[in-house]
Amino acid sequence: MTDEPAGLSRRALIGGLASSGGLILSGCSDQQPPTYGSILRMGDNLTYNAQRFLLSRSALVTEYDRSQISSMPAIGTIDPSRPDVGLHDPQAGAAYAALRHGDFADWRLKVEGSVTNPKSFSLAELRRMQSRTQITRHTCEQGWTAIAEWTGVPLRAVLAAAGARPSARFVQFHTFDLMADGIDMVDALHPQTILAYGMNGRELPIGHGAPLRLRVERQIGFKSLKFLRRIVVTDKFDDLGRSGPILNGWAWYNGI
Amino acid sequence: MEAEAKPGSRGHRLWVRLTHWLISGAVLVLIYSGVTILMAHPRFYWGDAGNDLIKPLFEVPLGPNYHNIGFSPETPFFASPDGPVTANLLVAPWNQNSWARSLHFLAAWCFVTGLFAYLGFAFATGHARRILCPRRDELGRRNLWEDVRAHLRLPMPAAEPGPPYTILQKLAYTLVVFVALPLMFLTGLTMSPAITANYPILIAIFGGAQSARTIHFFVFVFLAIFLLIHLVMILLTGPLRQLRGMFLGK
Repeated sequence: MTDEPAGLSRRALIGGLASSGGLILSGCSDQQPPTYGSILRMGDNLTYNAQRFLLSRSALVTEYDRSQISSMPAIGTIDPSRPDVGLHDPQAGAAYAALRHGDFADWRLKVEGSVTNPKSFSLAELRRMQSRTQITRHTCEQGWTAIAEWTGVPLRAVLAAAGARPSARFVQFHTFDLMADGIDMVDALHPQTILAYGMNGRELPIGHGAPLRLRVERQIGFKSLKFLRRIVVTDKFDDLGRSGPILNGWAWYNGI
Repeated sequence: MEAEAKPGSRGHRLWVRLTHWLISGAVLVLIYSGVTILMAHPRFYWGDAGNDLIKPLFEVPLGPNYHNIGFSPETPFFASPDGPVTANLLVAPWNQNSWARSLHFLAAWCFVTGLFAYLGFAFATGHARRILCPRRDELGRRNLWEDVRAHLRLPMPAAEPGPPYTILQKLAYTLVVFVALPLMFLTGLTMSPAITANYPILIAIFGGAQSARTIHFFVFVFLAIFLLIHLVMILLTGPLRQLRGMFLGK
């Protein structure tokens, strides 16, 4: 496939966004998270569809002043190369350690799947793209919240650069701690959904997901995956197996 | 009293019984899952931000995460050492939120259905005004005091299920159905990032996401105390008859 003009792929993205509404309402099975017969997952899907149906898809979360930035703990995996805390895979952990040793100069973000122009972005390339800085509230499923400033490139700019196809419905994220998760196009194209490389005016600290983490501001904190390495655009729902939330007993959609 | 005068108006109406059991069933599951969620982080704060690096208002001595905070040394985000900090959590906390959160929201759907149906019927049929709202003459100090004494006298006489209600019953029920339950619904919504993106006014009303969580907890405590007294009163006033009344009407 040849490169599409940026305008065309943006139109394609908007078309995909508009048609995904009909698919969600019609309950088309490969557009919905699987329930595997669990009543809890059915409840999750009810919440997902109700929020998509009742709430504005473009509403922005509240942005705060710099003076309101709060302390914020780093939890879960705090360093993918550390075997003692969080999730650890020896191979991915060693790869991460080597990249960090080189100040992430050799780190690349792969964007592939349902895109016309699969790409690999260096940190410098992402920094040269359009950037967005937002001070938002992080809501952890455990019950705590924190306010921080995030700087990064809007995910929709990265998807447009890779030429996401009009048939695209989901964006999946893969990380160095072998966690994976996905979001639908409503959240993926939302202007506050960014790939952040900066936090509170500095480089993203290791504990908070260096060199690049996702920010999905309208969902619970664990959807904002840290330590990103690969993005896969898909036309159908992918439960991501043992790396994804559903087979680990967690809800896939976490707007609440 | 009006309800007493009309034959056949005693006991509980069908819609009261249906919504009573739907809401109370949901509330029991909400309490079970809610306490499980609380055990993941039994600390409470005020305002919009609150976490282990911020001093809590209070901590509930509940489960293995009580006072269990294992962090690396703190690093300030900015030049000033008194400003916000970060630290790495080194000990994975006890956490059953995978099923507890989903169960909480599943039960919340049943609760919201029951609550909206109840409130709709209560206002449409005049039940709220005629049967639940205290009349002005009932709010006199003497009447209140007499009802308090009647509630403390043992053994309590067996009571007919359903209205008319005494002043303490009216106050308790109106507080629960018109204040506490709607507050649980609204403070619950205020903890949702997707809902507050649409309705930031919720954050303004409750003074922050953590304030809403703290209010959610205090209203839960109030409802738990109500539930306890409610069950004791049923046991003291002819439990089989009371149960039969809530299932069959009379």
